[in-house]
Amino acid sequence: MIKFKSLAFKLIVFFSGSCSLILLGIFLFNFQFSKKIILADVEESARNLTLRAVNRIDAIALAAQKIPKNMANFLEHGAMGENQILSLLRMLTVENEDITGVSVMFEPYAFKKDLLSYGPYCFEVNGELKFTNSPGYFLDDFYQIPKELDRPAWSEPYVDQDAKILEATFSHPFYENALGKRKLKGIVTADISLEWLQGMVSSIKVLETGDAFLISQNGTIITHPRKELIMNETIFSVAEARGDPVLREIGRKMVRGESGFVPFTSLGRNLKSWMCYTPIPSTGWSLGVIFPENEFMADITRLNRIVAGLGLAGLGLLVFVIVVISRSITRPLRGMAKAAGVIGRGDLDAPLPPVASGDEVGKLAGAFGYMQSSLKQYIRELKETTAAKERIESELKIAHEIQASMLPRIFPPFPDRKEFDLFAVMEPAKEVGGDFFDFFLVENNKIFFLIGDVSGKGVPAALFMMITKILMKNEALQGLSPAEVLSKVNNIVARDNDSSMFATIFCAVLDTETGEIEFSNAGHNPPLLCRKGQASEFLRVQHGFVLGPIRNSKFAAQKIRLAPDDMLFLYTDGVTEAMNPQKQLFSEHRLQQALAGLQDTEAMKTIQGLKNEIKLFAKDEPQSDDITMLALRFKGK
Amino acid sequence: MMKKYFLRGAVLLFFLAGPGRGEEILRKASLIPLWSPQAQFAGYYVALEKGIFKKHGLDVSFIQGGVNNPPLELLKTGRADFGVMWLSSGIRGRARGTPLVNIAQMTQRSGLVLVARKSSGLRNPQDLNGKKISFWGGDLEIQPRAFIEKYRLNVTTVPQGYSVNLFLRGGVDAAAVMWYNEYHTLLNSGLDENELTTFFFDQYGLNFPEDGIYAMEDTVVRSPELCASFVTASLEGWAYAFSHEDETLEIVLKYMREAGLPANRIHQKWMLEKMKALTAGDGSANVTGALAAEDYARVSSALVKYGAIKAAPDFHRFHKPAVNK
Repeated sequence: MIKFKSLAFKLIVFFSGSCSLILLGIFLFNFQFSKKIILADVEESARNLTLRAVNRIDAIALAAQKIPKNMANFLEHGAMGENQILSLLRMLTVENEDITGVSVMFEPYAFKKDLLSYGPYCFEVNGELKFTNSPGYFLDDFYQIPKELDRPAWSEPYVDQDAKILEATFSHPFYENALGKRKLKGIVTADISLEWLQGMVSSIKVLETGDAFLISQNGTIITHPRKELIMNETIFSVAEARGDPVLREIGRKMVRGESGFVPFTSLGRNLKSWMCYTPIPSTGWSLGVIFPENEFMADITRLNRIVAGLGLAGLGLLVFVIVVISRSITRPLRGMAKAAGVIGRGDLDAPLPPVASGDEVGKLAGAFGYMQSSLKQYIRELKETTAAKERIESELKIAHEIQASMLPRIFPPFPDRKEFDLFAVMEPAKEVGGDFFDFFLVENNKIFFLIGDVSGKGVPAALFMMITKILMKNEALQGLSPAEVLSKVNNIVARDNDSSMFATIFCAVLDTETGEIEFSNAGHNPPLLCRKGQASEFLRVQHGFVLGPIRNSKFAAQKIRLAPDDMLFLYTDGVTEAMNPQKQLFSEHRLQQALAGLQDTEAMKTIQGLKNEIKLFAKDEPQSDDITMLALRFKGK
Repeated sequence: MMKKYFLRGAVLLFFLAGPGRGEEILRKASLIPLWSPQAQFAGYYVALEKGIFKKHGLDVSFIQGGVNNPPLELLKTGRADFGVMWLSSGIRGRARGTPLVNIAQMTQRSGLVLVARKSSGLRNPQDLNGKKISFWGGDLEIQPRAFIEKYRLNVTTVPQGYSVNLFLRGGVDAAAVMWYNEYHTLLNSGLDENELTTFFFDQYGLNFPEDGIYAMEDTVVRSPELCASFVTASLEGWAYAFSHEDETLEIVLKYMREAGLPANRIHQKWMLEKMKALTAGDGSANVTGALAAEDYARVSSALVKYGAIKAAPDFHRFHKPAVNK
């Protein structure tokens, strides 16, 4: 996975990769473009070269054409006798080097009324002059074609039977006027040696191996560097044998007299080439000149090799530069990564790598140094703060111990008293809580008990609670009723209560003989009354105002009577407002439900059971308020 | 018991005919093909080259065919024992008094075809009206003439020479060509098959089977076994040629080169393929040598009709198959 590779590696891969692509693109474009230019250049010179050769051949052919043409003219403008014709044929054959034979052939009965055919033919074989007069010429190409086409014509080239040389015959018709109509009288022919043609075409050399060939109107190969093709094959038979429809199409264009410059596989060798073809106007033949691609592309190939070499060298240099630059970037980064690791392990005095540059890396190094010193400062401060916090925490711990020691802690509190059973617990939410409870005997058969909740939490609440608790006990021990105790304590507390703290308190006195309870409430939740064998119900309590903020508050005195095994259950709102992770409250409803299964037993078991229920309900949710519960069961005598 | 004795006799004969005596019992025979060496006569050259003639007890010499050696003339003067001739030439020869006998008919379909350029708008026989048509004379003009008459065409006819250049140069609108020869020359001069309209005469009710093997009547009467051996070997040669194309082409090209002729392999390949199509009417390489009576009747009555002969010779005297397959 590349994402786990080093930065230098990524830089090299991405930069050299994209540069290679760009270079390759440029290279290919350059290759194609230069090839196109060269091809255009080659085509231009190919056309010129081919045209020059064609013109040379055409000039000779045109010159040869003149002889039968002149003779035809001659025959049209004057009747000639046999001797005159024969001497003319002899003269033309002897005097023209390229002409190996001349003939005049008359239409049926055109020379003499009683002579069907007259076609004297004078020809030269190995320097010897011969005459024939064969009658069967009417079906020969050199007679029939100009006759039917009504114009001069070149025959297909052929190998002369006697002289064994390549020749072609040019035929020129001549006419007479018969009854005002122009009528064919005969044909003059001249056999022209094509031996010079082979030499002329084979003298065409292009670059190292390029050559030329000539085909006739029928596509027959007239000259070619490979002798066995000459007069044996046509360009079409070669195409058929090769199974090459492209060559056939080129051949068709050639025999149609078109010119062109086309990709070509040479007839003799399988060499990738280009061919320029141009017709020879007089004879209708076509000259093809071969340009071997590897030769005219040699310069381009060499140039491209050089360009490719330069490109590769450049790419190598680029990779080297990237390696150097990425090293210079990553070296301080690596140093800092190492230093960060050391710092991470806690050694804030780890030395940072020196970075002199002002670039991003330099800035990063500066920021890193700043971070290191800030971190040092922060940790120093953190140490001081932590020390202070630890001191406070230990003091709070002491306060908690004091607070805890102030609440009754020994259960059962009165082991010798069998007429009642009492158990209470306070679970503080923070180290020092604001909830409290208390109970004590005020007379031998009277037990005073209370539960309270101070507003706020922490140390101030604990102090307020202590004062209230001590005052409550002091007043209760004077023998006052619960309502009088509340009223008196309220007036004492309210007098100097600048911070307007307050507490809710429920207090009561149980007559252990009669089961009568006198009680009064200062704004606390009503306790639950659990009659033996019945569902719990909330004690009907006059709510009363909270204790602390206002002087001279009045607290109602109320009474109920407990039957043996009835139980009174006091609690603070930390019980009903205990929350579970879904932020649901434990609620009074759940409290009553829980109590239903726990009420007819010992007070301690009731309280422990409820504690478990609340813990199960709250799960991991941290306790947000003190939880205080007090249960008093009257047993009677 | 009889079988055993017979087998012994056969073994004895085999040894008597063994090496040393084989040369002595070969019978000499000469063949004049219709034309110079080419794949049209492949079967005979193969029979010679592969020793098939020899196998059948023949020592066959070939006389170089061509303009100067017409088979009829050579058979008549006894310079050749066997000749390859067209059916029409054979009938005419016999009707005009040369006692020729067709001892095997090789081709079953006529290879003569009239071609025209599609670019001249020639697609149906009627399109030839008012056009210039060239065809060969002699026996080869019967089919074109019958065709012209059959479709009541008003055409200008031009006698045709040996080449198809007149047609190629546009001197005529249509020309008669042999499917196995000049037709391919047209293709090899740059004309595409789809540019050409072809009228195969055999598809227009004018099927004139062509090449057959001929001998003089007295040869047939005096040496029936010689004729039978010659025909058997020839049929075998043809069957071999049709099933061994590459080897056959090499043989034909060899004889062509020996005769100093331009040898174009691809052209000879075409010719051999077409000869196969024309010889085996059913498309197989099966060569029978039989001449159908209705083919004979068609050709001979056309010859009478166009004045080449006065009356058709008797079929059974004309065609005496040397081998009954």
